[in-house]
Amino acid sequence: MTTFLADTALVFGRYARQTLRSKIQILFGALMPVLYLLLYGPLLTGMPLASRGSSWQVLVPGLLLQLGLFGAAFCGFAIIIEKQHGVVERMRVTPVSRLALLLGRVLRDAALFVFQAVLVILVALAMGLRAPLFGIVLGFAFVAAMAVSLASLSYSLAMRVSTPQSFGPLVNAVNMPAMLLSGLMLPMSLAPGWLNVLSHLMPFRYLVDAVRAAFVGDYGGSTMLYGVLVAAALLAVSVTTGTRLFRKAEA
Amino acid sequence: MAVISTSGLARTFQTRSGPVQAVRGIDLTVQAGEILGFLGPNGAGKTTTLRMLTTLLAPTGGAATVAGCDLVRDPAGVRQKTGYVAQSGGVDPSISVREELVTQGRLYRLSKAEAEARAEELARELDLTELLERKCAALSGGQRRRLDIAMGLAHRPAVLFLDEPTTGLDPGSRSDLWDLVRLIRAQWGTTVFLTTHYLDEADALSDRLVIVDQGRIVADGTPIALKRRYAGSPDATLQDTFLAITGRGVTPQDATPVAV
Ligand SMILES: Nc1ncnc2c1ncn2[C@@H]1O[C@H](COP(=O)(O)OP(=O)(O)O)[C@@H](O)[C@H]1O
Ligand SMILES: [Mg+2]
Repeated sequence: MTTFLADTALVFGRYARQTLRSKIQILFGALMPVLYLLLYGPLLTGMPLASRGSSWQVLVPGLLLQLGLFGAAFCGFAIIIEKQHGVVERMRVTPVSRLALLLGRVLRDAALFVFQAVLVILVALAMGLRAPLFGIVLGFAFVAAMAVSLASLSYSLAMRVSTPQSFGPLVNAVNMPAMLLSGLMLPMSLAPGWLNVLSHLMPFRYLVDAVRAAFVGDYGGSTMLYGVLVAAALLAVSVTTGTRLFRKAEA
Repeated sequence: MAVISTSGLARTFQTRSGPVQAVRGIDLTVQAGEILGFLGPNGAGKTTTLRMLTTLLAPTGGAATVAGCDLVRDPAGVRQKTGYVAQSGGVDPSISVREELVTQGRLYRLSKAEAEARAEELARELDLTELLERKCAALSGGQRRRLDIAMGLAHRPAVLFLDEPTTGLDPGSRSDLWDLVRLIRAQWGTTVFLTTHYLDEADALSDRLVIVDQGRIVADGTPIALKRRYAGSPDATLQDTFLAITGRGVTPQDATPVAV
């Protein structure tokens, strides 16, 4: 167990140092949600989006998870390049635990996206968001869960494709419907019946709804329960998938 | 004492156009401290054999023990005791030589202080000291190759696997690398298992040669014995020997390295 933790910390450290070397990347990721806040948020302030609380309490949770969705889903790009340099194989031939090879990476990703989420929240607070502190912290936990899941899946997918050129369109093809169906921008409760039903098949919807509940201080309801259950299931499936890939990558 | 022994080791790939039998049953014993040359034309199954022996690829048939550990039952043991230098290396071009060497030591469970000392030591032995702070991208072909080998030695493995160590190097760097391989064995007693499709390299470096063709061993012996047996005279070239065994020649110029 201590070996496993040390392995994970080692892999995490390697990738964290790499991220810290490119400050641009760290800030750039937060740019899209901040632009949404500045240029799109004001459109919504007067609209009756929320059954409870303000429009900001609906929009900001969506932006946080959008950060995870669009950021983490593209993490796989890095591993395509690493694979081409033989780095993945070199690590697979060491005695380091396969789970640590995955977790070290995805925890770095989660740390990056939570940091960007903090920046987004600071801007949102300045623009008028009011939400309980515990709710915001829960929001970060969901961002981390989303990042770990999506980054794991992204790495798995990337290990199977041979070129970065084929990876980008593939991820977009999954991400666009995921974003629209999960109601990241506008809550799905506004949708007509058939669309609302369809969106219940999209796991991210439960995460967004849970963060929205957290932002209005509703921690004990069924929305939060479903959110936590879906997040746990998503984590279990994606981390297992990702680890299996490091175990027997034929790449 | 045998450090590697395989029996019937085989690997078949399932591809869209049907199964490919890359390795069709290899029986092989390698003694401790030996430099073994695994010689064969491109596509003979050399890399596939190496990837099985280093746990990267699961065999579809047969069994093997490497450095006292069973390949399938104790892959972690095999990994801890062997080093593998892939044909195209495995360093990240954006990271410095020192950081890669230290990380490599730590991936093999050296403490931070041990890994740092080992990086210095390897740099001294492999003539990389001046390059420690450089990014890996800024190394020449020969320097890169020395770094790749240093990475494979980070944890003082009992067995070092080298896949086509000199493919793509200029003649000067090639002979430097041969000296390095000899030095590694002389200094640390490391068993070296190297693949090559260059006859001169196999001849110059190996104590023993195993010639593979189409996934099978077709000859096994010292370079001199093989020359005598298959071409009638110890002065025969390995080229002649290869021709006599397989009915085909191997010309390094024709051989285009296949990155796998
Ligand atoms: N992942 C793979 N999938 C399908 N076929 C493969 C794979 N890897 C190797 N092969 C095939 O197996 C044979 C042996 O390849 P390899 O071991 O790389 O040969 P060598 O290293 O001797 O040049 C070749 O025909 C090659 O095309
Ligand atoms: Mg090869």
